[in-house]
Amino acid sequence: MPTLTFDAAGVTVDTPHGPKVVLEPTTLELTERRVGVVGANGSGKSTLARLVNGLVTATTGRVVVDGVDVSKDPSRVRRRVGFVFTDPAAQVVMPTCVEDVELSLRRHVKGATARRARAIEMLASFGLADLADTSVHALSGGQRQMLALAGVLAVEPSVVVADEPTTLLDLANTRRVGDVLLGLEQQLVLVTHDLDLARRCDRVLVVEDGRIRYDGAPDAAVDDYVASVEAREGAGL
Amino acid sequence: MSTPQLVGSYQPGDSLVHRLPVGVKVSTLAVFSLCVVAVRSMPASWVFLALALGAALLARVSVTALARAARGVLLVAVVVAAFQWWLKGPDRAIETVVDLFALALVAVVLTATTPVNAMLDALVRWITPFRRLGAEPDRVALTVGLAVQAIPGTIAIAVETRDAARARGLERRPRAYLSPFVIRVVARAQETGDALAARGLGDD
Repeated sequence: MPTLTFDAAGVTVDTPHGPKVVLEPTTLELTERRVGVVGANGSGKSTLARLVNGLVTATTGRVVVDGVDVSKDPSRVRRRVGFVFTDPAAQVVMPTCVEDVELSLRRHVKGATARRARAIEMLASFGLADLADTSVHALSGGQRQMLALAGVLAVEPSVVVADEPTTLLDLANTRRVGDVLLGLEQQLVLVTHDLDLARRCDRVLVVEDGRIRYDGAPDAAVDDYVASVEAREGAGL
Repeated sequence: MSTPQLVGSYQPGDSLVHRLPVGVKVSTLAVFSLCVVAVRSMPASWVFLALALGAALLARVSVTALARAARGVLLVAVVVAAFQWWLKGPDRAIETVVDLFALALVAVVLTATTPVNAMLDALVRWITPFRRLGAEPDRVALTVGLAVQAIPGTIAIAVETRDAARARGLERRPRAYLSPFVIRVVARAQETGDALAARGLGDD
């Protein structure tokens, strides 16, 4: 498994009211195959995930993906780290399913025929082969998220970061997308509000107010998160 | 909800038009468009529209795609026609509307018979010789592809935003519709940029 290293990596942004710490300096070494990240909205968990492939740049410290410093060589890191967004509508940018997967493959497979064959193969592995020439606008939410996944995995990344990939999906599609993600051979960093999915990871981080509140085994981490939410509710926060 | 589209999505097929090289199709579209704009004559306009319909029939483009394209230009056509009527009379207004529909139809024929990636590949081939002058073929091709795809996405946002304003009983207040529309379009552009960066596209 690749090693994801957070070396006192933190993020501060400028706001009209002054600097705001989004993620406090965080030191972590993630080597597990499936790492879950849970926390409230605005807690900093998406920022943590986005640091892994350089969508957000650390303002202090550094993030290293398998020996490559994200801030120094972001394009090399992005070739290794695939990213799945919450809303696949932003991620799927071509008119038809097969064309969107082909777009991912443009720099990896030379020749239109070979590229198409590889794209069809990817779609088939996600159960979308029959929809290859279908407009992406005609897909259901679950199908669109599967297409986004196919586009990400087509280029064989060694790490997949998924930022709340099931938030917009119904139960059946949540289970389907979750099963695909958790069954990946690649290392997975899964930001989620679905505590059942989090419990199926190998390690879970609980993020609260821009810092790691808990880091450990899934069941204990999820229990800690639930307890912290209930404590806040009890305090009227 | 169906997404309104100004240009058609690719419809697989084996018609003569499908099999033509991309360069031939794009060149024909360019020459056709120039002729439509340059030739000012009512009979010629009807001939252009007939040619466009003939191309659509030859390419076996679905009636739905043609109807969508027609609907897409309808509002623009009505506004332009009214303006032309006021300035130059009814003949020029009708001619302009017929020309607009002819142009929309041939654009649909091109997009319905040519996968976007085939167009991008062709664009890259055409631009590659200009690399020495600083041109970036992949970047240009990606930009064109995104522009094509952005049209239905933006229209979908417009429809959603309008419905949201209606649901709140604010359909007669343009600010209630336009402000969120602009914000959502900018947000979507930002998200798309992030998604492209995450896929390593445009990183060269």
